Amino acid sequence: MTVTEVLFYFIAGLTVLSALGVVATGKVAYAAISLVFTLLAVAAVYILLASEFLALVQVLLYAGGVAVLLLFALMLTRARELVPELDGPQKPFAVAAGLSLLGVLIATIFLTTWPKAIVCPPLGQKGECGPANTPVLINISAIGDALFQTWVLPFEIVSLVLLVALVGAIVLARSDEEEEDA
Amino acid sequence: MIPLQSFLVLSAILFSLGVYGVLVRRHAVLILMSVELMLNAASINMVAFAVYTSPARFAGIIFAIFIITIAAAEVGLALAIVLRIFRNRTTANVDEVHELKW
Repeated sequence: MTVTEVLFYFIAGLTVLSALGVVATGKVAYAAISLVFTLLAVAAVYILLASEFLALVQVLLYAGGVAVLLLFALMLTRARELVPELDGPQKPFAVAAGLSLLGVLIATIFLTTWPKAIVCPPLGQKGECGPANTPVLINISAIGDALFQTWVLPFEIVSLVLLVALVGAIVLARSDEEEEDA
Repeated sequence: MIPLQSFLVLSAILFSLGVYGVLVRRHAVLILMSVELMLNAASINMVAFAVYTSPARFAGIIFAIFIITIAAAEVGLALAIVLRIFRNRTTANVDEVHELKW
């Protein structure tokens, strides 16, 4: 086994274990902390996939922003005192649904022939096009170019969605007294 | 080199755990956490396919960025709704908020 493989199995194990912690633990605070670990482990998976920009975004936005928001929600709904039993009575059905979905997905993954990447040498260099053997390092400025040239319309729509969602969140979360004033 | 299938299996496991969590949990915020697991599994898939099958075109990476943005919007909005329900009902358990159930 190469170093990369050892790293991959270590990080994959960490991801799966902490994700299991999110869905199986009996305490809300443990679930939230496990979620932070899962998100950081997924950032490490992105680094293994040679997408370091995405790993940075993941750490900043997910582990920094989303996880803190979820912790706030748990705190404000007093989940620790008011919810003694975290799982519903439908647990056996949930286990069956999860396992059967996993079986179908894994069978599909191994029964499908996936296409191989065709990588050509950069312009001005000699060489033949052929299937890639290692993940190709993707540079950040090229992602920026693609985001603001090819993908500029979806980008603007996403920013509009974010604006509308956050304004909606403010309207929903206002208290009743403020509404009477308005 | 790690085969593409390893990443796909990892994301399949994450997604199934997310589905299990959505089905089994009672508290709305814990359900949201499981949804985050499923979104992360989807982004791992996107990035793995982008890197292994079309490294020059970035579509997968851009979509992963969009997924992260939409997840942020979704969490903000869902937090506001959960707080609203909690203020009206003093509970955030989805099995106790069942007015629309027939």
